[in-house]
Order: sequence, then structure tokens, then C-alpha cells
Amino acid sequence: MTTKTAAIRSISGSRAETLKAAFVAFIVGLGLVYGAGFANSETVHDAAHDSRHALSFPCH
Amino acid sequence: MIARLLAAGLIAGIVAGLAVAGLQHVTTTPLILAAEVYEAAQHAHDAAEATAPAFEGLRRTVATSLATVAVSAGYALILLAGMLFSGESIGPRRAALWGACAFAATGLATSLGLAPQLPGAAETDLAGRQIWWLATAASTGAGLFALLRLDAPAAKIFGAALIVAPHFFWPTAATPESTVPAELAARFAAASLTVQAASWVLAGALAGLSWRLISRDETEAA
Repeated sequence: MTTKTAAIRSISGSRAETLKAAFVAFIVGLGLVYGAGFANSETVHDAAHDSRHALSFPCH
Repeated sequence: MIARLLAAGLIAGIVAGLAVAGLQHVTTTPLILAAEVYEAAQHAHDAAEATAPAFEGLRRTVATSLATVAVSAGYALILLAGMLFSGESIGPRRAALWGACAFAATGLATSLGLAPQLPGAAETDLAGRQIWWLATAASTGAGLFALLRLDAPAAKIFGAALIVAPHFFWPTAATPESTVPAELAARFAAASLTVQAASWVLAGALAGLSWRLISRDETEAA
């Protein structure tokens, strides 16, 4: 019984760790795509200009 | 685990990004440069100030490649995050399929309302287009997930509604006037979708591959 509870706890613990890592990856990934594809800063826009058009993000 | 995930996304992003940058160099970039000639001619005709691009030559190629690497790394991380959230087993094949679905959401669905545009094409307000693009991509992605991964009929109906709904709100230009010749615009729309499809599928496949390789190393070490 105790072993079973411990096992369940460790599984849910690793699930929580997985979700935490997935959340961090999602935020970093979204940040990268937003920065390169959508940010309105002029320098970022000019640097990423051709990529924005090529990857069909709205541009100009 | 976070470090492993970020490393896998970054490695996939760099390799996929450089490959896609090469593809852009021979497909979309020449069309963008050709369109800018027409755009500049129109500006000169209107006696408006000349709009010289801030980046030219090699600097422009490097900047474009860096931006493409950043986008590819972003795509790879978003795909890995989605697969982990939904308890998917991560390998190159499944991740490439996730990439194909992501392309359907951010490429095919959005291009129905906003065709990929060359510089000088007819445009509406930028913020409005960006919001519509993001909302459509998110809504279609969620809709596809509900259709493909959930079993309840109600979930499938809701998923289909999420896919269709954004298309009642297309941001359309008041007058379809453009300085770009139609021939160039048509070639660019096709080339741009191809490049975007390649970048999603490649980012996915490589993210799945590097995740598997990194995880194997960790398991052997443990």
C-alpha cells in the first residue's frame, strides 16, 4: 500500500515536471516566433523582413 | 528536463533554420528583391522619399538566416511542448506529423484569409492582420487537436467550428491594388507556403530526432 502510494506520487511528480518543462519550452518558443515574426521594433522588423515575407507572417 | 528540452529545440532550430535559410535564398528572396524594384519605382513616381532597405547584401542574408533560425527554434520548441502536454511519445516521425498539422494551422488556414504577400502588395492595417493571423493559427490548431485527438462527438463538432470560425472575419483590403505584377505575386504565394511547410516539418522531424538522441544519452548515463 505504502509502496503503491509512493509510486503514484512519483509518477504524478514526474508528470508535473514534464508539464513545467513543456510550459517553459512553449513560452520560449512563442517568444522566439513572436520576436522574429511579429515584433514592431523597426530594427527587428528590418532584420527579419525577408523571413517574415518568406514564412507568410503578416508584414509591413 | 527543461535544459534537455531547450537543447533539443535549439539544435533542431539551428539545423532546420540553416536549411530553410538556404531554401529561402533560392526561392523567396529573389522574388522579394524583384518586387522591391517595382515598389521603389512606384515610390519614385509618387515623389515620396526613397525607402532603401536597412540591410543589404551579405548583412541582409545573415540577418534573414538568423531570423529564420530563431523562427525554426521557436517552431521546434512549440511542437515539443505540445507533444509533452498531450503525452505523445516523441520521435522524428510523430514530430514531423505534428509539424504538418501546425503548418495546416499557421500556413494553410491563414493563407485563405491573408495570402502570403510580397512588398508592395495591397494591404490593410498591420495590427489587424497580425491579430487575425495569430487568432486563426491558435483557433485552427486547437480545432485540429480536438478533431484528431479527442473522441467525444461534441469535441469534434467544437473542433470543426474552431477551424471554420476565423474565416468569417478575413481582413480584406479595400482596393486590391498592388505595385507587384500578378505573375510574381502568384509565384511568391506558392513559394512562401512551400518554405513554411518545409520549415515546420523539418523543425518537427529534427526536434523529435534530437530529443530522442539526448534522452537516450541521459538514460544511459543514469
